[in-house]
Amino acid sequence: MDMPVLSLRNLTVDIPTRHGTLRPVDDVSWDIAAGEILGVVGESGAGKSMTGNAVIGLLDPPAHISAGEVLLEGERIDNYTLAQMRRVRGKRIGMVFQDPLTSLNPLLTIGEQLSETILRHLDVSRSEADARAIQGLDEVGIPSARNRMGAYPHEFSGGMRQRVVIALALCAEPTLLIADEPTTALDVSVQAQIIALLKRLCRERGMAAMLVTHDMGVIAETADRVAVMYAGRLAEIGPVSQIVGQPRHPYTDGLMASTPAASAGQARLRQIPGAMPRLNRMPDGCAFHPRCPRAQDKCRVNPGPKVGTADERAACWFPIEQDEAAA
Amino acid sequence: MSLVSVQNLTRVFDVSKPWLNRVIERLPKRMLTAVSDVSFEIPARTTYALVGESGSGKSTIGKMVVGLLRPTEGHVEIEGVDLVTETDAAVIDRIRSDIQMIFQDPFASLNPRWRVRDIIVEPVAARGGDTVGLAEKLLTQVGLSPDDAGKYPHQFSGGQRQRICVARALASEPKLIVCDEPTSALDVSVQAQVLNLMSDLKDEHGLTYLFISHDLTVVRHMADTIGVLYLGRLVEEAAPGDLFTKPAHPYTAMLIEAAPRLDAFGREVEPPEGEIPDPTDPPSGCAFHPRCPLATEICSVERPRLEAFGSGRVACHHAGEIALKGAA
Repeated sequence: MDMPVLSLRNLTVDIPTRHGTLRPVDDVSWDIAAGEILGVVGESGAGKSMTGNAVIGLLDPPAHISAGEVLLEGERIDNYTLAQMRRVRGKRIGMVFQDPLTSLNPLLTIGEQLSETILRHLDVSRSEADARAIQGLDEVGIPSARNRMGAYPHEFSGGMRQRVVIALALCAEPTLLIADEPTTALDVSVQAQIIALLKRLCRERGMAAMLVTHDMGVIAETADRVAVMYAGRLAEIGPVSQIVGQPRHPYTDGLMASTPAASAGQARLRQIPGAMPRLNRMPDGCAFHPRCPRAQDKCRVNPGPKVGTADERAACWFPIEQDEAAA
Repeated sequence: MSLVSVQNLTRVFDVSKPWLNRVIERLPKRMLTAVSDVSFEIPARTTYALVGESGSGKSTIGKMVVGLLRPTEGHVEIEGVDLVTETDAAVIDRIRSDIQMIFQDPFASLNPRWRVRDIIVEPVAARGGDTVGLAEKLLTQVGLSPDDAGKYPHQFSGGQRQRICVARALASEPKLIVCDEPTSALDVSVQAQVLNLMSDLKDEHGLTYLFISHDLTVVRHMADTIGVLYLGRLVEEAAPGDLFTKPAHPYTAMLIEAAPRLDAFGREVEPPEGEIPDPTDPPSGCAFHPRCPLATEICSVERPRLEAFGSGRVACHHAGEIALKGAA
């Protein structure tokens, strides 16, 4: 097998506070291969954005990586210095965030922002950088790209702005794209356009992508593999067809079933009782056990089995078996 | 008789630059028609949902229904009374207490300095009603503990806060609750809890909902009738069963097609083209014609009227000609 573009090995993030240490990301491991889109899904507070920020070295102190490794194309990057990390961000890892307006500098034209990024990371001339910037805008579907180079971010609509941000993330030809809720602020019709764009670009460039979102529908349509996070831990990881079609972890199952789309035509939605535990009040054992219909004594003491091994994809002692789901 | 009757509702906002700028820069006045000629009825004890993308005017309609905004033209009648023209203070008072609202952001709609008890009983206390034990009773109804009455909003999670908003809306025993994106800020598992709660309360209290949302799947689950808005106009109105299986308006079909689906992993979608046009300068004729796959010459000239079609109403020259690609 080829070397994965991104490997997380037992990644753990700690936030020391006066009242003890909080652990928003706990022992997370996964690989993303070239050309693959890994969807990271979970509810607010599950640690999905924190994981993305840990990868690109943008954790706000006092949060820090306390254990584990981040490998980019086989090279360990979590112990890079700030200067080294600046050369990785933008060049080898592209980033797209939720709100396109705050990701762009309102005082510079989009042409200036694109050219600056290209000149910073690639060894090209000024005119070559401009040409590449126009090509980049063209590729993300901005009409009459040449004329739009001199436009400021406020002159674009939300969807067009997000296209500019994607062009900006991709202009230095990164091998990994981290997209954190890229379509959450957009309308459905524009969301569909952006999803199609991301899929096409990953396929054409053989780029690996980590797509962080809370929307199961977006994940189902976009991702090749899905990682489900709960309370900072990996609950389940596997190919999208299995995660959506035959979830094994009771949390994944509950998450799917509680979307209104899944229970079309039924009078009541299936709900998961309770809410995600707070970081300072994490239950012992499996973090999901207080809300889990299958919980037994073992779950209250012992956190679930480790995931990522070949034979088990859910961190659960009593996963849902296939024949059970059919019944 | 319908509980709510909305007739030819129009709302125009003046979005011009300040007077001095207009004079110096010789700019004309700019008017934004947020809602244009919208009519619908909500029978008692039903849920009417308004869906549309941002800028379609759904929240503006909601605000006019509860009386937070005055219509530019047309009127809203609740139990046969138009709150704008009614002069009898006693009648206005009675109708107003029958209307409550639930907002999108439970973090912004609860006063952080008030205890939950005071927040919940406020609609009754403001009218001098009896509030003894009321907060505790309502908290139990929405699935919280009576002990929570003494706490402050920051001590609750997003879902619990939205339950407090629901409890407050129920306090004055209203007939109509206008819900503006009530679950958009919530996670799916919590959204399911709140939607189930709202359905249960509707049955118990005989409530009528005007449910405003951008999320088609939520609307499909909650509504008895769905009105689809595009650029301030109602383009289609139908029962959810019909709307989702055989949408008559191409915009409705586009929305359904574009919404991500759980059962469709690996689906290759042909994404819809274009975006919502600038509402200060809407296209001529049918506002959807520049993005419409069925558009012909007449669409750019003549605006289609909202007319009966099947079990609902639709405003399209080519109504019913669209077929869903992925329809099963």
